[in-house]
Amino acid sequence: MIASGRRIFTIAGNALTDLTRQRVFYFGLIVAPLLIASSIFMARFSFQQEFQILKDISLGVMSLLTSLLAIAGTARLVPQDIEDRTVYTILAKPVARFEYLLGKLLGVLVLLALSTALLSALFFCILYVREQSILSETARQMSAAPRDQLVAALNGVKASAFNGDLVPAICTIYFKGALLAALTLFISSFATSQLFTIVVMVFVYFIGHLQGVAREYWLHTQGSGWLAQIFLAIVALVFPDLQAFNLIDDAVAGTVIPLALFGKTALLGLFYTTVYSAFAVVSFYGREL
Amino acid sequence: MIRLLCLFIAVLAFGAVRFPMEHNLLEDHRALHFQGVDFNLDLREQVGQGAFVAALSGFRSVVADGLFIQAHVAWENTEWGRVLLLFRQATALQPRSVLFWDMAAWHMAWNASAAALNDRTIPRQALRLKAAREYYEIGKDFLERGIRYNPDKPQLYESLARLYQQKYNDHLHASEMFAKAAQLPEAPSYDKRFAAYELSYSEGHEKEAYAELRRLYDMGEREHLPTLLARLRALEEKLGIPAGERIPPGEH
Repeated sequence: MIASGRRIFTIAGNALTDLTRQRVFYFGLIVAPLLIASSIFMARFSFQQEFQILKDISLGVMSLLTSLLAIAGTARLVPQDIEDRTVYTILAKPVARFEYLLGKLLGVLVLLALSTALLSALFFCILYVREQSILSETARQMSAAPRDQLVAALNGVKASAFNGDLVPAICTIYFKGALLAALTLFISSFATSQLFTIVVMVFVYFIGHLQGVAREYWLHTQGSGWLAQIFLAIVALVFPDLQAFNLIDDAVAGTVIPLALFGKTALLGLFYTTVYSAFAVVSFYGREL
Repeated sequence: MIRLLCLFIAVLAFGAVRFPMEHNLLEDHRALHFQGVDFNLDLREQVGQGAFVAALSGFRSVVADGLFIQAHVAWENTEWGRVLLLFRQATALQPRSVLFWDMAAWHMAWNASAAALNDRTIPRQALRLKAAREYYEIGKDFLERGIRYNPDKPQLYESLARLYQQKYNDHLHASEMFAKAAQLPEAPSYDKRFAAYELSYSEGHEKEAYAELRRLYDMGEREHLPTLLARLRALEEKLGIPAGERIPPGEH
């Protein structure tokens, strides 16, 4: 059967509607903005400290919510359709299984893009408001200072508030979310329950973040016996290295993220998402429905 | 079952394909000093299990911020031991934040040392001075480690220069640090001047300092600042520069 964009988009639209009705989405919609907005109450610190904390908390919340939505949202899609028997109705029509899965994944990816864009807009608004208020305060305090000193002080405030490297850092949060969604879809394509998928994905999430550190630690301090090496190789081959997508910490600290590094991270994210989606399709074709 | 086995083999094969990509990315991260955190058992014991796991799960900066806020509260309560401990943890978790290293050094070398000097529970002045000097050393250690993680940021070199200047009265090292800061792309224009000023206070380096200050002076009106003129005149006197080679007397 030839893939039909229309069918995939229709399923994606339905998946998106379904996802926006989930409690986890509303939870995120209420809690995440509250957490981001709460970081504004850091006025007791100097403006550099305040901006750093604001960025850290906001990007941390974005990362957590995106991962949560990717896992909890995707884990539910296929098992729920099987439980409701909707999947039988859909697949009885001229809809291929891969179209069904790709539609579902597309729905999740659109939701993740929307939530990331929404939270980013909120974050940048708060950052802008605080920046403007500190700029006017600084201008008032330094009204008697020479012009070049005033300009230097204002530039210092601007440099502490927004830097262009926050944008690629936010994009990597999205890539990580997309990867997790595709992997969750793969697990749910053979899992028998939603709970199983979520539990497995929580483990994958932690192992994915830990494996790089654990690998370094084991190989450097425990020696590198062949048994340890085989075990570590299997862990490294099976689980994604999620630390590779963590550019937030360095972007917030003001480090420049080179375009080449961002490109490689994006490529890796795309590669992961594509391959996990392909695994999901293969696995779903083998499933008896 | 066979299908699952095939999938497992495919996952392994996929891992083998992506491994060079990830390795390449990791090398890039290392070259840029990204994720230079040393997650070891000491850190685990210091921050507690919950914070350690959170830090490992991609929330390193948030945990570091929490520790930084706690350090700020400890500073308000003048609990210097706790301030030191918390800053050690915060800087261990977020070594790329210049702010953390700078604040840690400032609290230790300036605030904690001043508190030690004024601590009347220590009976002898010599002991108070010793305690203060220990805090200077801790502050210096924070800045030196911060520079190792952030060799491209001028702020920490400047702070170390100020530490040498104000706490150790070591103008030569202060000059070296300002000069290193001045070479970095983000350095403010005053770093090169400060390097020359500090050199002018270093015994035995007057000639070098004079040459450097004169070079700055010859760069144009913009560099004819009051301190620069004052230091140049002081060195002209000290080195016995002939009247014809001295800067015009009218400038202030």
